[in-house]
Amino acid sequence: MADVAAVDNGHGTGTGLSNNKLLMWVFLGSECLLFGGLISTYLIYRSRYADGPAPGDIFDIPFTSVSSFILLMSSLTMVLSLSALQRGDIRNNRVWLLATALLGSLFIGGQVYEFTTFLREGLGYTTSPFSSAFFTLTGFHGIHVSLGIVMLVSLLIASFRGTLTKERSETVEIVGLYWHFVDVVWIFIFTVIYLVPSPTS
Amino acid sequence: MSDTIELAAPGRPLGVYTRPRDNTGWRGWITTVDHKKIGILYGVTAMVFFGIGGLEALLIRLQLATPDGTVLGADTYNRVFTMHGVTMVFLVIMPLAAAFANYLLPLQIGARDVAFPRLNALSYWVFLAGGLFLNVSWLLGDSPDGGWFAYAPNTGVVFSPGHGMDYYILGLQITGIASLISAMNLIVTVLNMRTPGMTLFKMPVMTWMILVVQFLLLFAVPVITVALFLLLFDRSFGANFFNPEMGGDPLLWQHLFWIFGHPEVYILILPSFGIISEVIPTFSRKPLFGYPFMVFSGIAIGFMGWGVWAHHMFVSGIGPISVAAFSMSTMFIAVPTGVKILNWLATMWGGKIKFTVAMLFAFGVVSMFTIGGLSGVTHSVAPADTQQTDTYYIVAHFHYVIFGGSLLGIFAGFYFWWPKVFGHLLSEKLGKWNFWLMIIGFNMTFGPMHILGLQGMSRRIDSYSPGFGFEFWNMFASIGSFIIALGVLMFVINVIASARRARHEPPVGPDPWDARSLEWFTPNPTPVHNFDELIQVDSLDEFWHRKYAEDENGRVVRVATAEEVCQDGSATDTHLPSPSYWPFVMAAGFPFVGFGLIYTLWICIPGALLILMAIYGWIFEPTDDPDGPHGHHADDPSDHDEAEASSEAAGETAEEAPVG
Repeated sequence: MADVAAVDNGHGTGTGLSNNKLLMWVFLGSECLLFGGLISTYLIYRSRYADGPAPGDIFDIPFTSVSSFILLMSSLTMVLSLSALQRGDIRNNRVWLLATALLGSLFIGGQVYEFTTFLREGLGYTTSPFSSAFFTLTGFHGIHVSLGIVMLVSLLIASFRGTLTKERSETVEIVGLYWHFVDVVWIFIFTVIYLVPSPTS
Repeated sequence: MSDTIELAAPGRPLGVYTRPRDNTGWRGWITTVDHKKIGILYGVTAMVFFGIGGLEALLIRLQLATPDGTVLGADTYNRVFTMHGVTMVFLVIMPLAAAFANYLLPLQIGARDVAFPRLNALSYWVFLAGGLFLNVSWLLGDSPDGGWFAYAPNTGVVFSPGHGMDYYILGLQITGIASLISAMNLIVTVLNMRTPGMTLFKMPVMTWMILVVQFLLLFAVPVITVALFLLLFDRSFGANFFNPEMGGDPLLWQHLFWIFGHPEVYILILPSFGIISEVIPTFSRKPLFGYPFMVFSGIAIGFMGWGVWAHHMFVSGIGPISVAAFSMSTMFIAVPTGVKILNWLATMWGGKIKFTVAMLFAFGVVSMFTIGGLSGVTHSVAPADTQQTDTYYIVAHFHYVIFGGSLLGIFAGFYFWWPKVFGHLLSEKLGKWNFWLMIIGFNMTFGPMHILGLQGMSRRIDSYSPGFGFEFWNMFASIGSFIIALGVLMFVINVIASARRARHEPPVGPDPWDARSLEWFTPNPTPVHNFDELIQVDSLDEFWHRKYAEDENGRVVRVATAEEVCQDGSATDTHLPSPSYWPFVMAAGFPFVGFGLIYTLWICIPGALLILMAIYGWIFEPTDDPDGPHGHHADDPSDHDEAEASSEAAGETAEEAPVG
């Protein structure tokens, strides 16, 4: 029976991937176009800052580099947590899940700090097309990271309830796919927003 | 959500989170996760919206029948034509295609259900919530009036201060969620759950076209999601995406909308191409001509559909190089479409054609869509398009494509698969009335619009003055629109009359059309578990190849009757996913969030609570009801007895239910 086999870690499915994992891959494919649309919008508007601050005047590249590094390191801890669970090491699985969630939260904290700083310096959501596009793009990414943190915490709760066992390590793998995707998207966003030389007023 | 689902409490109900058992009555419909019931729900709902959209069309034609029409005011007219477009695209053709996809796709690949039955139910209920939300705007007196394309900044808060466009934005956002969920689900279903032996190139062309459509949805929906979010943020929070005073670019909306909008055109037409690719071979008594070409031209359309969007924008000042490039790509996309038309004709060529109603509708698609396709090629010639833009010529073109192509194909599907779904045939006699009234009315309504357009009559105007030579053809078109309505009425009468007649007649039997694909292995109507046992597929058109073979002289002869080949639907030991309340509950939350964003944020709270409750319900309900109908199929390698199954509840059985 195909639907029985399909959940058994992909044995007997057409692609060799389980339905759940394939669903996540397909979903991430769709997410590419979501961020594609938002990044394109930002690229069109990055030099339209009206009377407000220009991007080159306001970005604190060293600060954002540090928070980007933190987010990228969370991908490493995510991999470590999966590998621990695949070995049956429940304790290290929990440790690394917690570390991933904390690193993600640190990144979100950095984003909140950045947003409030910008706001104080006169870059509000309605200041210019640039500001609207900047806050929308980075905001959507922040929401994605936050949802990832919710998933990680759910995994931790499941682990303490005893249902996250070695046999179910694929669940961690699927959350990991999402988490890595959100990190990879950030590499693009960071490059496009901060590293490409920005116009100054 | 999908990733946390596996954490569900294994096998044992948790407090209130038991699964519903009742499979009958209205409760059975609300909690169903059966792809067949969901397909029927999609179909019925879409036909109700078709009635609403059709009434709007008749109002438009009444208003335009005579010069200086007074049936509708200008403001109401704007709302009516906007909602006519939105309804027909998002609430009629797309869900009708979803109805066929849901019901037939698992059957055509030999599966017992889709990969994620609960997500499947969710996508239907969310679609319904979005459709109702859009139409409730009529009752609250503020329906969308900015056209189905909703060009910003005309739809911004300055020029559209009412709540109409908010209904548009949020309504489409909600139906977009439904389309996206359904697309992901069906892609996984096709890629993962085909019956043994069914390689991708043994799938019916219809399955292929539905798969291509799901990929188009997967990538096109997020683009309009972005566009709608940007417009929403402009309207609700004062962002500057489409505010020209601050440097916002009006063309941004047009680009985003049409990057979604042109693939959307193929989302609307490809399911119909798939349907008639099953109907035409069956009634031509021949295999489909050039199967690989049909498949690859469908895939090619799917790819090329992403590179032609700016032909909707030739007069918006995008510059000569863009215009030239998109002119070329638009001419090229006619090639794979032409390949399909030639292959259908070659399939009929030399065949023993049976002129059933389904076949007539398929003829209708081939001929009417060709007219629409050719007028489409005239748009690709940019100088000519400059003359045609915003005239009735465009209206004529896209109605030949969407009515003449998509809708007629869907009617072909109705007549072809009605016995599969309801166990009795539709009347061929009433069906012929249905077909001829529709096709004559259709050509009377939309044929003259080519002339009106070339004479210079603008679209979207609520009235025109006498003396421009528009009077005759407008009256003619309005008469035609009521003939279409008569044709649709014939269909409704046919549905009722055929159901009545079927009560006194013997059942239709397993294979009324001498058909070709896997869904006909099951009895009519399809039993709840679909297949008694999985089918080993050896060739394309497996069902036909089990009925016919070549004799020693190379002549095709019948080797088995349909009754011998078909399953009898008697299996009772099949494991089926349990119904669930939560898809319905979650979908019910979305309109509240929508109303909250429009009126006052407080209304969002009950909506958010409903969605949150449903997510928890979804995760914590047991993956299966331990007391529900259970058991495994005889040839299932993991087969073991009930006692063993329940003792292993934490392990095996919890994994068996499709967990979507």
